[in-house]
Amino acid sequence: MTGIIIAIVVLLGIIALVQIVRIFELSREVSKNDSNAVTEKDNDTQGKMMLWVMIIGLIGFFYSFYAWGGKLLPKPASEHGVDIDSLMNLTMAVIIGVFLITQPILFFFAYKYRGVKGQKATYYEHNNKLELIWTTVPAIVLAGIILWGLNTWVTITFPDSSEDPMVVEIYAKQFDWTARYAGEDNKLGYSNVRLIEGINVLGVDTEDKTSADDIIVKELHLPVNRPVLFKFRAQDVIHSAYFPHFRVQMNCVPGMVTSFQFTPTVTTAEMAQEKDVIANITEINELRKEAGEVDMYSFDYVLLCNKICGAAHYNMQMKIVVESEEDYNKWLKEQKTIAQSL
Amino acid sequence: MSATDTHSHEEHHHEETFITKWIFSQDHKMIGKQFLVTGIVMGLIGVIMSILFRLQLAWPEQSFPILETILGKWAPDGVMDPNIYLALVTIHGTIMVFFVLTAGLSGTFSNLLIPLQIGARDMASGFLNMLSYWFFFASSVIMVASLFVESGPASAGWTVYPPLSALPQAIPGSGLGMTLWLVSMTLFIVSSLLGSLNYIVTILNLRTKGMSMTRLPLTIWAFFVTAVLGVLSFPVLVSAALLLLFDRSMGTSFYLSDIMIAGELLENQGGSPVLYQHLFWFLGHPEVYIILLPALGITSEIISTNSRKPIFGYRAMVGSILAIAFLSFIVWGHHMFVTGMNPFLGAVFTFTTLLIAIPSAVKAFNYITTLWKGNIQFTPAMLFSIALVSTFITGGLTGIILGDSALDINVHDTYFVVAHFHIVMGLSAIFGLFAGVYHWYPKMYGRMMNKNLGYIHFWVTFVAAYGVFFPMHFLGLAGLPRRYYTNTAFPMFDNLASINVVISIFAIVGFAAQLVFLFNFFYSIKRGTKAGQNPWKSNTLEWTTPVEHIHGNWPGEIPEVHRWAYDYSKPGMDEDYTPQTVPLKEWEEEGH
Repeated sequence: MTGIIIAIVVLLGIIALVQIVRIFELSREVSKNDSNAVTEKDNDTQGKMMLWVMIIGLIGFFYSFYAWGGKLLPKPASEHGVDIDSLMNLTMAVIIGVFLITQPILFFFAYKYRGVKGQKATYYEHNNKLELIWTTVPAIVLAGIILWGLNTWVTITFPDSSEDPMVVEIYAKQFDWTARYAGEDNKLGYSNVRLIEGINVLGVDTEDKTSADDIIVKELHLPVNRPVLFKFRAQDVIHSAYFPHFRVQMNCVPGMVTSFQFTPTVTTAEMAQEKDVIANITEINELRKEAGEVDMYSFDYVLLCNKICGAAHYNMQMKIVVESEEDYNKWLKEQKTIAQSL
Repeated sequence: MSATDTHSHEEHHHEETFITKWIFSQDHKMIGKQFLVTGIVMGLIGVIMSILFRLQLAWPEQSFPILETILGKWAPDGVMDPNIYLALVTIHGTIMVFFVLTAGLSGTFSNLLIPLQIGARDMASGFLNMLSYWFFFASSVIMVASLFVESGPASAGWTVYPPLSALPQAIPGSGLGMTLWLVSMTLFIVSSLLGSLNYIVTILNLRTKGMSMTRLPLTIWAFFVTAVLGVLSFPVLVSAALLLLFDRSMGTSFYLSDIMIAGELLENQGGSPVLYQHLFWFLGHPEVYIILLPALGITSEIISTNSRKPIFGYRAMVGSILAIAFLSFIVWGHHMFVTGMNPFLGAVFTFTTLLIAIPSAVKAFNYITTLWKGNIQFTPAMLFSIALVSTFITGGLTGIILGDSALDINVHDTYFVVAHFHIVMGLSAIFGLFAGVYHWYPKMYGRMMNKNLGYIHFWVTFVAAYGVFFPMHFLGLAGLPRRYYTNTAFPMFDNLASINVVISIFAIVGFAAQLVFLFNFFYSIKRGTKAGQNPWKSNTLEWTTPVEHIHGNWPGEIPEVHRWAYDYSKPGMDEDYTPQTVPLKEWEEEGH
């Protein structure tokens, strides 16, 4: 893979070098008179370059999809993620379509109408009809995208309140994550940084009765197909809880509580069986072997920090496990509640 | 200088000394050149920084002795420290956005071209104009000086969100480095405001006879609207910066609340970090267009001149500039979809943001149509202008994804964003800057830049630029966050390493091409071939002034304007261009 890329880069380098030499040769020929006025020969060479670079660019464009398309995030692991991905696919189709129409036209025109001595350009200053067309057509297409987008947005951000979600707090500080489950009453006890003391690292108010059954953990477990309402807090600076596989992120802001609700739909075990996930893991483990790593990688959902937060921002992570309701309950029983641990 | 002899005697005039001519000059042409050279120096610093962190990103575990040479204690044994990585991306962003693409681009060409293209002897206030440059200079010096402080320069990202930027305990760069950053930016804004007010007043009041607003070249329209945007939005950034300064050193709580950091509980209560973001992006989004519009204006002029055709749809071009400028004030929330902002507000900002695509599309189509059936002269300036249209389209298209709140919550702050804004704003604007430099170099220095070096510079830059930023879309869609010192902490990103290597190689190649430009630029000042008065056969007024600069621009009367700036290849005319000073013939209808 890397070999192919390097070969392409080298090839492009050689092409560039050849062109440079050619330009120099051409320049020597014409340097007798005013060397910096654009000649007909320049127009011809540069116009053709426009065409060739466009063609090579398009090849590169398609090749990059072929070479890297498989490295993208696998299928969404959440209910709303499916909506986001279909909106994304539609939008991508539209913009790639526009890209593949406008760019070739731009460079082709540059090539086609390269200057020729004695030729006169067409005096064409405006055309109301044409301009009306390319104002209204984008407007209509965008109206479609906007409407679909807003519809998706409303579905995502105003989830059905009858779902009775499980409440989980995600707590960020430099440079790690902690999760707090609301426990049997599904209510998080009051908390504030001013109450942080000793092992009470989240500043939970132990006087608050609803806090007694809260469970604090360093690994996030989620039962599949059950809506989860996440509450985000931060202790020091802004962090952002990014769940790439679930297609969402939300900032964690000191002094306020933000929230987002979603439903995981694919267990870790199921996702690990996906074809493109397997392909990526195989590739990653081959690379790791080559680099002499001992630990091999197996698939896990992960929570990343996605807002610059300090020196170890790049390594602020928490493992997420999506599992069946039974496995989840089994795991939860093994965890200590706040009443038990404090 | 002999030119002073030919000076119009109406102008009261005193002998220029070395200091008033070269240093504290009040002549707009000299001030433009001062902005340009300062911008180039800052640009060089910014681009070297990007090469340093590209080395780190492509080869994270490896030791580069050169890093230790340049960064000293920040790169022990040639391996970069995470804090200095963040400092480099922060200062790279700050320098590129403000010092190069705002001051270097707008400062250079607004100063150079406004009086020349509207037919004025100078700016409305030469003195304010001089101050504008020197505030910018002082601000540049302070920004560069901040690189050398003990605790390092600002490192909270170029947007310097508090609390990270407010608390030295959070990151060392938020100590003295951050204070200097704020001081530097405040001076910068003063410079920008002085400049912008001057531009607005000059354009509204000092147009020569016949130069109605509808005959203004699109460059001037772009500079005018840019100046208005600057005047309306930069003061908000000053207030944001001032409040941040208060929070940092006077114990106020505008942006801070309920914080415990490094084991210490802070007193602050009741502030909101999100407030800062609202204030910042109220400038921050118009800032994108403060950068972009001048580049688009320059491109309009160059594409029309070198296609030997009128710009297609002049009125639509002006209208779309105005529409973009208006919309740019009501879209800032799209930078904040994931701050916990009310989702309803998110919906509103999605709607306004995507509307910008309409005037942008009009501009892109009009550029393409201007090329159609032209007689294109491929000067290096023209090449860069066409490249600008290309990157404007590419980067604009991905904006449709990022402006859509439902999609943004997935790709926000990933490399997809890095790709988007570098292409649409960074590349487009820098291509506009290069185009402008190649095109108006004869006006600035009376000489031509070497064409062939220009071609080399263009092609390598163009290919390398796409090579750097296009692959970043894939990184973003693979979920890779920006501002990560290394991606090795997450095995899931291991197979993206090869893409990062490709990007860094292109970055280094692209950097090498800039050396060609630097050589060409400085070499040609003294040794370039002498330029004729109107080397590109252009219609606008600046080409009616003598090649040698004189104070007051025109030796005699200021010429009168009789037509718009785009009568290229007009049927019935002998030449393929008709300068604005040529009176309309009886049979002629004025274009617009």
